[in-house]
Amino acid sequence: MSQSQPLSLHVPEPTGRPGCKTDFSYLGVNPAGIVPRPPVDVRYQDTADIASSLIRVLDDNDDAVGPWAPELDKETLLHGLRTMMKTRIFDARMVIGQRQKKMSFYMTSLGEEAIGTAHALALKDGDMCFPTYRQQSLLMARQYPMVEMICQLLSNERDPLKGRQLPVMYSSKKDGFFTISGNLATQIPQAVGWAMASAIKGDTKIASGWIGDGATAESDFHTGLTFAHVYRAPVILNVVNNQWAISSFQAIAGGESVTFAARGVGAGIASLRVDGNDFLAVYAASCWAAERARNNLGPTLIEWVTYRAGPHSTSDDPSRYRPADEWTYFPLGDPIGRLRRHLVKKGWWSDAEQEALQAELEAEVLAAQKEAEQYGTLIDGRVPSAASMFEDVYKEMPEHLRRQRQELGV
Amino acid sequence: MRDIEKEPVAAEDAAAEKTTPMTMIQALRSAMDVMMERDSNVVVYGQDVGYFGGVFRVTDGLQAKYGKHRAFDAPISEGGIVGTAVGMAAYGLRPVVEIQFADYFYPATDQIVSEAARLRYRSAGDFTSPLTIRMPCGGGIYGGQTHSQSPEAFFTHVCGLRTVMPSNPYDAKGLLIASIENDDPVIFLEPKRLYNGPFDGHHDRPVVSWSKHDLGKVPEGYYTVPLDKAAIFRPGADLTVLTYGTMVWVSEAAANETGIDAEIIDLRTLWPLDLDTIVESVKKTGRCVVVHEATKTSGFGAELAALVQEHCFYHLEAPIERVAGWDTPYPHAQEWAYFPGPDRVGAAFKRAMEA
Repeated sequence: MSQSQPLSLHVPEPTGRPGCKTDFSYLGVNPAGIVPRPPVDVRYQDTADIASSLIRVLDDNDDAVGPWAPELDKETLLHGLRTMMKTRIFDARMVIGQRQKKMSFYMTSLGEEAIGTAHALALKDGDMCFPTYRQQSLLMARQYPMVEMICQLLSNERDPLKGRQLPVMYSSKKDGFFTISGNLATQIPQAVGWAMASAIKGDTKIASGWIGDGATAESDFHTGLTFAHVYRAPVILNVVNNQWAISSFQAIAGGESVTFAARGVGAGIASLRVDGNDFLAVYAASCWAAERARNNLGPTLIEWVTYRAGPHSTSDDPSRYRPADEWTYFPLGDPIGRLRRHLVKKGWWSDAEQEALQAELEAEVLAAQKEAEQYGTLIDGRVPSAASMFEDVYKEMPEHLRRQRQELGV
Repeated sequence: MRDIEKEPVAAEDAAAEKTTPMTMIQALRSAMDVMMERDSNVVVYGQDVGYFGGVFRVTDGLQAKYGKHRAFDAPISEGGIVGTAVGMAAYGLRPVVEIQFADYFYPATDQIVSEAARLRYRSAGDFTSPLTIRMPCGGGIYGGQTHSQSPEAFFTHVCGLRTVMPSNPYDAKGLLIASIENDDPVIFLEPKRLYNGPFDGHHDRPVVSWSKHDLGKVPEGYYTVPLDKAAIFRPGADLTVLTYGTMVWVSEAAANETGIDAEIIDLRTLWPLDLDTIVESVKKTGRCVVVHEATKTSGFGAELAALVQEHCFYHLEAPIERVAGWDTPYPHAQEWAYFPGPDRVGAAFKRAMEA
């Protein structure tokens, strides 16, 4: 036996802190086009290498390369660009609205717009997403009315959720968007259960569950993997690894020296690790996973590698814990810029068209905001009635809630 | 003693009127059988629930009859069982899941409290969670601290849940059917000491079978017992006993042994509560004893006592008495010193009468 040394506790640290430049080599970025695309009925063990690589389609010359490059027409790509830009413009406007105190809180998805936008293209009507609070691009892609989104953010008289939820905790069953919970990870077993129900009923619909890198440490994530594997649930489990959970670097969630996708392989689930800032890669990987689910081949775990370019929320100041300009150096770049350059290279898009679209979308978002504000904001007091607070606790209001409502005098 | 012949049964066919002697286990199984037959959206799962039929045999035969898709085994993960059930319910199914012992529900707390109970509220009715979570509870079986707890107060504290606890086979079946049909999430607590017969707390006496009891005569078909109505288990004039589950039978023994004419109210559904039946009885008797097996402090009895003083204060002739489990973990060898048996309940009756 070797001589015992005093033990020391390992606490992971990010490779960049305020005042020093981040070393992103930990991401293990490989060139576009080199990761193979296995058949959808691949054995889970045979995805182990993919789960530790990075599926990328758009290369440094803005070309789509390799076996994952999807065949997408001009119209679809432009729809993708438009949705991503709309999401980003919407986010920026809503942050201003929060600063003006029209809403209590907001969360942007800056830098992560490709993931929900391209993933939504792989889903069909009737499929159900179980999102986190940073998948507004799913709603944008499904053409959910911006006015309704803003009414929810403003908690006004037209708020479809009657003022009960924090801003961004949207719900829209008809758009396949499950009600968002502030409790992290709970939606993962729920997505699996929804998918199991679809299989129990012999339906054709699939589920898509979402979680961030930080919340994968919750037991619900691991439980969800087990149930998904055990019952071969038709579900896609998406881990959005944006490197940061508020101020905690992804290594604190367990991402040091091992990928989040590798956890799927460990649970017996075919798993992919994908460049989440590459619109084409996101689309291709999502289609692959959806095809597996629809063919009764079971779940797929996908780790989307991206970067949370903005603060966690409007209550957060990331310059306190990471370099303020870190996003500039993130090796996977900006998803909107990358798709735009690809379109330009194909001759399908120009700088002039880009500018025109930017102006058009800004006007569209502004018009939606103006319309929504007509129905009230958090500061003008036109919020859902206090009486409505007692509704929907149960299907029928029980006697004790009637009495309490009476006591409040509403 | 309750006279079930006089109680209205929401009968739909002849099978509901034809009764068969059933244990509480058989009655619960019959409830799930009836509902699985009537509604293809009803699915049943939990640990050991499928092929084996559950450690208490409550789901025995359901997989053979309805197939593996509708009655199946689940991994040992209460959070996963309830979490997937929330997803299934959101899809449109009516899952009936089993937590093997109520003592094991804690890992599922987030899914019960933050999810199932609030889906309707937080989505303003966009999504709902019509699921039933069954769990055997209570002691008296030498189960020690992890097979004996009565955690009902955890659930009654959560807005959006219905919490139910039957005391006999007839109610068990009717309440379980009503729970499965209900569009709100229901916590269905099954006093395991009552599975095979009524138990009055005299653990040293021979076990009594449900077959000798009127409340063990259970209609074969569909019927419901309403989720918003307490039962007057034993009418009386001297004092009102508010209780549920096993303690209904212990309270009856205490009444018989003390000669005190107690009116025993079996709450059946703890929350939302049938307050009217309680208030009417306490105003009549002027005395109230609350009895439960769960630990005393912050137990559901505290809520009952508060409600009684709020609504009946000027009718009370004596302080409200509470009889409950001691504020200790459920012990193993000292089980009968812990269990609030007929002697402790009877002593509380006497104090209430003498005050």
